[in-house]
Amino acid sequence: MTGTILGASDIARALTRIAHEIIERNGGAHSIVLLGIPTRGLPLAHRLAQRIAAVEPDFDAAARCGALDITMYRDDLHKQPTRSIGATTLPAQGLDDAVVVLVDDVFHTGRTIRAALDAIKDLGRPQAVQLAVLVDRGHRELPIRADFVGKNLPTARTERVSVLLEETDGEDAVRITGRDDSAGESK
Amino acid sequence: MKHLLSTQDLSREDAIRILDTSEQMAATQDREIRKLPTLRGKTVVNLFFEDSTRTRISFEAAAKRLSADVINFGAKGSSVSKGESLKDTALTLQAMGADAVVIRHWASGAAERLATSGWMYGSVLNAGDGTHQHPTQALLDAFTMRKHLVDSPTGSDLAGLTVALVGDVLHSRVARSNIALLKTLGATVVVVSPPTLLPVGISQWGVKISHGLDAALDEHQIDAVMMLRVQRERMTGGGAQFFPSPEEYTRMFGLDGDRMRRLPDHGIVMHPGPMNRGLEITAEAADSARSVIVEQVSNGVAVRMAALYLLLAGEEGVQ
Amino acid sequence: MSDLATNRPVVITGASLYGDTKADLVLVDGVIASLSAKDAPTDAVTIDGTGLIALPGLVDLHTHLREPGREDAETIASGSLSAARGGYVAVHAMANTTPTADTAGVVEQVWSRGLEIGLVDVFPVGAVTVGLGGTQLSEMGAMANSRAKVRVFSDDGKCVHDPVVMRRALEYVKSFDGVIAQHAQDPRLTEGAQMHEGFVSGDLGLTGWPAVAEESIIARDVLLAEHVGSRVHICHLSTAGSVEIIRWAKSRGINVTAEAMPHHMLLTDESVRGYDPRFKVNPPLRTQADVDALHAGLADGTIDIVATDHAPHPDEDKDCEWASAAFGMIGLETAVGIVQKTMVDTGLITWRDVARVMSETPASIGRDEAHGRPLAKGEPANVTLVDPKAAWTVEPTATASRSNNSPFGGIELPGRAVATFLRGRATHVDPRFEGAFS
Repeated sequence: MTGTILGASDIARALTRIAHEIIERNGGAHSIVLLGIPTRGLPLAHRLAQRIAAVEPDFDAAARCGALDITMYRDDLHKQPTRSIGATTLPAQGLDDAVVVLVDDVFHTGRTIRAALDAIKDLGRPQAVQLAVLVDRGHRELPIRADFVGKNLPTARTERVSVLLEETDGEDAVRITGRDDSAGESK
Repeated sequence: MKHLLSTQDLSREDAIRILDTSEQMAATQDREIRKLPTLRGKTVVNLFFEDSTRTRISFEAAAKRLSADVINFGAKGSSVSKGESLKDTALTLQAMGADAVVIRHWASGAAERLATSGWMYGSVLNAGDGTHQHPTQALLDAFTMRKHLVDSPTGSDLAGLTVALVGDVLHSRVARSNIALLKTLGATVVVVSPPTLLPVGISQWGVKISHGLDAALDEHQIDAVMMLRVQRERMTGGGAQFFPSPEEYTRMFGLDGDRMRRLPDHGIVMHPGPMNRGLEITAEAADSARSVIVEQVSNGVAVRMAALYLLLAGEEGVQ
Repeated sequence: MSDLATNRPVVITGASLYGDTKADLVLVDGVIASLSAKDAPTDAVTIDGTGLIALPGLVDLHTHLREPGREDAETIASGSLSAARGGYVAVHAMANTTPTADTAGVVEQVWSRGLEIGLVDVFPVGAVTVGLGGTQLSEMGAMANSRAKVRVFSDDGKCVHDPVVMRRALEYVKSFDGVIAQHAQDPRLTEGAQMHEGFVSGDLGLTGWPAVAEESIIARDVLLAEHVGSRVHICHLSTAGSVEIIRWAKSRGINVTAEAMPHHMLLTDESVRGYDPRFKVNPPLRTQADVDALHAGLADGTIDIVATDHAPHPDEDKDCEWASAAFGMIGLETAVGIVQKTMVDTGLITWRDVARVMSETPASIGRDEAHGRPLAKGEPANVTLVDPKAAWTVEPTATASRSNNSPFGGIELPGRAVATFLRGRATHVDPRFEGAFS
């Protein structure tokens, strides 16, 4: 079974709200940098940066955005086929003393964010690290929480949440699959 | 990938994946903290039956920067020098829980033997076997060429480039590894060597052959010239008679400033080291702005990090 | 085998002699007493020979038994048993033992030990030069006149490369009708050689053993033999050029004979990819063109015989890196199957030719008067039965040899020797016939 949970306009509204919350929480955008976690955290980070720039004209959206590939920090490398390593690019000013907002599409077990925090530690010493996600589907396995959430989405563990974005997939949508019919299956 | 034994085993996609991974590894080496936790808990054994401090420390640095534990096992002063067989050494390493063995051996095929004989189960990384292969050297050479000579390197091969390998191809594992990899990546290879230092059957290798560096420079637009090390003693001593004298070799095959200036403006000068200055290459060529010889060394660490990552990071038994 | 070591008469019924003549063989008191089962004594053991090829007992001109010196690899006993299982009734044991078989004492020791075991006739080969050193002729006369009656002399494993030494040896053995069996390998052209020099060696980075290193010595030696009027035998021909030179020499009337090995007739240098030392042999595995030339040469008579070059080595000498491994392969038990596969089943030669190249001519080169005789009444009862339909897959450890270094593991062969009789006594019988002896 497939269901579309968020459409394009829902995603746009959620991101706009998060952008405002980021500015609000940090009393402006002067020390904000955004780090997107590939693949889909990256376009989300760019969209957030543009929205922040729309409110705060001094904020250079392109220069304040980076990509944080966390492959080499994962704790499950030995349980999966070898992953390709993506690029990590930092904002021009680096991470030292900045407020780093990590951006990802789906917030699930927390292990990705744990890896990202380890990676950040090797790249600089930010003033603070905050987390923005489009969807929080629950089932945390580590004591990690999000600061900014687009949509809280209660799910079963067997379900699969897919975030589709214009930049990577040609459309904006959040879908959930495997609901109900997987419940009776033993895996 | 389970093992890295020969560049002949690499498809174009495999090779590009290693080079792309190397790029990311190289990027991490510009950071203040260069150590990554990726291979924490893995054990890499450097098993060197032949002295090569350069290669050993390059692999050691690569493994350590990925947080692997490194055990150095040199032939000298160990049980190996007391006549222990490769098999018994392998069984010992297996018992010690080696996840990967980086092997340098004087015998061609030793790495493949270690990987396929059932003596041990870990990954085997060939760091040079006799006169056969030295795949990470070829990969770091390709990485260096791609970086300098290809407009958008990531994801690209070396199509359209012409690379000259100059010197002793017969005894060179560097040449064998490079020729196979360069062909896979779409480059044209020109081998420049006296006929005495070419293997029988090279006409079937799919390379262009030239018997003088001047002729090669006349006939080809060479984007990268790679000088191979000449082992002086081996070449003219002991009745080997591969060429009459070092002086004659230098006259016909040495790279000096004048010959270097006949390369196109973007052309680069390479050497796998260690160099015989004054024999195959002059100081002017080796130290010129075109020379990427020192950079080859630093790229070696990134390429070896990539190889270790691709062999060791994934699930066991999954490609 | 003790249960087989009876002196009861044997009658083989309905076998195909030489693959073309249906007859019975009655073996009594060491001779073929009759070709009709009707003449069989009442106490005779009966073997149903239907579908089997009967050949004069096979003779190997080129075997390494390793004793004395390397009993860890093979003994005269284990090698004799392996030979009997392969259908052989006689083997010529090469001289490169420790000590070298270069004196009458050593050759007599080998000869008498072979007799004691009694599974095959062991004819020692004498060394041409002392210690195979290539410089000082060994006392070939003493070996010829010893109880071992040595007629074949060889430094096999090494080449008699000095042309003067070779000339003198060729001349000297004429006085007792001996023959020099040359291991043709120019030592300078093969320094450090590891495999056939060609495309594959270039690929693998292994030092090459060029064909010319064999061919140049053969060319020299046939000319020397012509010059001094001697006979010369060339061991293990492996290249197309060698076959050409022998063909030319024979056309000139030079008294040369030549042998080919089963491994050179079946395998090529492509097998070396993978660096498994079981494929390391001297002379090395060559190319398909060379294999084809050996087949053609054996078919047209240029190559006189097939010999095994059975060369046992213990596991530790093969379970290592290629360059450290010993040269050589075992082959007594697989030879007839490979000849059938490559030559008979392909229509290149007949079973009558097999009798010639694996029994009659090797016996005649070695001057083994009691071997290679016709399957006829009154002749010595040296008989090999081959089942050409007993297909089997070679398992290197399932051998009577002490060593397991067969390169043929996993290869399917169409047939094999199922019974061997030396002077009427069964030295090997397939399990299916064992009941007949009880």
